[in-house]
Amino acid sequence: MKQANNPTKPEISSRRQFLASSATAACGVALFGLGGCVGSDESGVMLRPPGASKEFLSACIRCGQCVRACPYNTLKLVSLFGKGGTGSPHYEPRQIPCEMCENLPCIKACPTGALDPELTDVNKAKMGIAVLVDQETCLNYLGLRCGVCYRACPSIDKAITLDAQHNQRSGKHTLFLPKVHSDHCTGCGKCEKSCVLETPAIKVLPRDLAKGELGHHYRLGWEEKQKKGKSLIPEALDLPDRMPEFSPLSHDEVKP
Amino acid sequence: MKWLILRRISQLTILTLFLLGPLAGIWIVRGNLAGSMTLGVLPLTDPLALLQTMVAGHTPATTALFGALIVMALYLFVGGRVFCAWICPVNIITDSGEWLNKRLGFKHAGSTGPGLRYWLLAMVIVLAGLTGMATWETVNPTNVMARSLIFASSGAIWMAAFLFIMALLIKGGWCRICPTGALYSLLGYASLLKVSATNRENCDNCKACYQVCPEPQVLVDPLKTTTISPVIRSGQCTNCGRCIDVCGQDVFRFASRF
Repeated sequence: MKQANNPTKPEISSRRQFLASSATAACGVALFGLGGCVGSDESGVMLRPPGASKEFLSACIRCGQCVRACPYNTLKLVSLFGKGGTGSPHYEPRQIPCEMCENLPCIKACPTGALDPELTDVNKAKMGIAVLVDQETCLNYLGLRCGVCYRACPSIDKAITLDAQHNQRSGKHTLFLPKVHSDHCTGCGKCEKSCVLETPAIKVLPRDLAKGELGHHYRLGWEEKQKKGKSLIPEALDLPDRMPEFSPLSHDEVKP
Repeated sequence: MKWLILRRISQLTILTLFLLGPLAGIWIVRGNLAGSMTLGVLPLTDPLALLQTMVAGHTPATTALFGALIVMALYLFVGGRVFCAWICPVNIITDSGEWLNKRLGFKHAGSTGPGLRYWLLAMVIVLAGLTGMATWETVNPTNVMARSLIFASSGAIWMAAFLFIMALLIKGGWCRICPTGALYSLLGYASLLKVSATNRENCDNCKACYQVCPEPQVLVDPLKTTTISPVIRSGQCTNCGRCIDVCGQDVFRFASRF
């Protein structure tokens, strides 16, 4: 028996050793992973190339082929200590906006499909949305006829319109207020790039950051009415109007 | 020195191919080590990066899938960790750190077991599943190093410094725990091209091979156990050929696994 026991002894201790070293390794690795999780800040206001979905960082392998394919050097990779996913592509419109190439070379270059190949019409791209973030400095809001963002927009009169409103300050002029329409705005950023201010009053933001969402039960009465051709509710009861038939001066005449 | 020189030529050629585009406008290869396109026809994809996106819930497009399959088929032929010894730029940095360590006569501050890389590999995959994105690619020294070199980012300096100091202080540096290497080593257990201690009866126990080998644990059995095959079957062998270079007795050579 003793002889049989001896050879098993080192086996047990080596097994223990293995378990101990494995546990150490697992703990170390877990800590390392935690550090990696905390250290890698993937958040941040990032504008992604056309065709990027909300889950872009789950699909992008950060190979930079879209960056190489971009003919205008719009796309850049996030630097090592940068926010928003090191090595993933993004663009800053105030530096270089997206020129909205019709053949979408960035999407064609993407090997993983992180940029959705089903997007073939660049006008349907949803990279972000332009928002007139500062009405206090926008020259048009101040009553001037700037409108550079409106004119720079590749979807002029669709993505940006100028809404005429009465200038209450002067009392006799018109304000031409730039208004962005999200169903046409791709987020290319030509408006942000062209804004004549030191810091642009109009900026491209990620859509989920910028867009509000109506309550799902909300209906716009005037649209519903147009769809149906008439009012959805029966016409209001039309009571006879009680018009002032008599002037106050002739009040006495009513008196019995 | 033959294989060492050939390896350096291989590593620098790969890097030059990637840099020819941005530096000289000659676009033979686009992309980086995570994914590339050669001459517009040959896609190559880092299998680990792609695996992370798949675990994170993305269904990859065929280009990337083919790229990963081509890479894996190639390494199944020439040896899994051939990437580590012949392609990856980190190898040059780790080797430099090791060289300086030997030069200064430093005692290593620590060492890592050969199994740690598999734990890290598991962590990388679990992390992708938990966070729903290819989180490891944010810090992955292998791809960060190549990417920041190719895209001329200042991160290259920081990452190179980190990897160099790590190799200076810890035996084998990053390369001994790298999850990318770990995944390739799994392929290496089945790959065709191997180093073999063919003339092991000539071994005079000078231990020169153990000294230079980045994974000396793979040498022990094939060299010393005469009852088993002299082929170094372990996937952890990088097929770097340093043992072939340094052996005075001409024990080692490249051979098929069979």
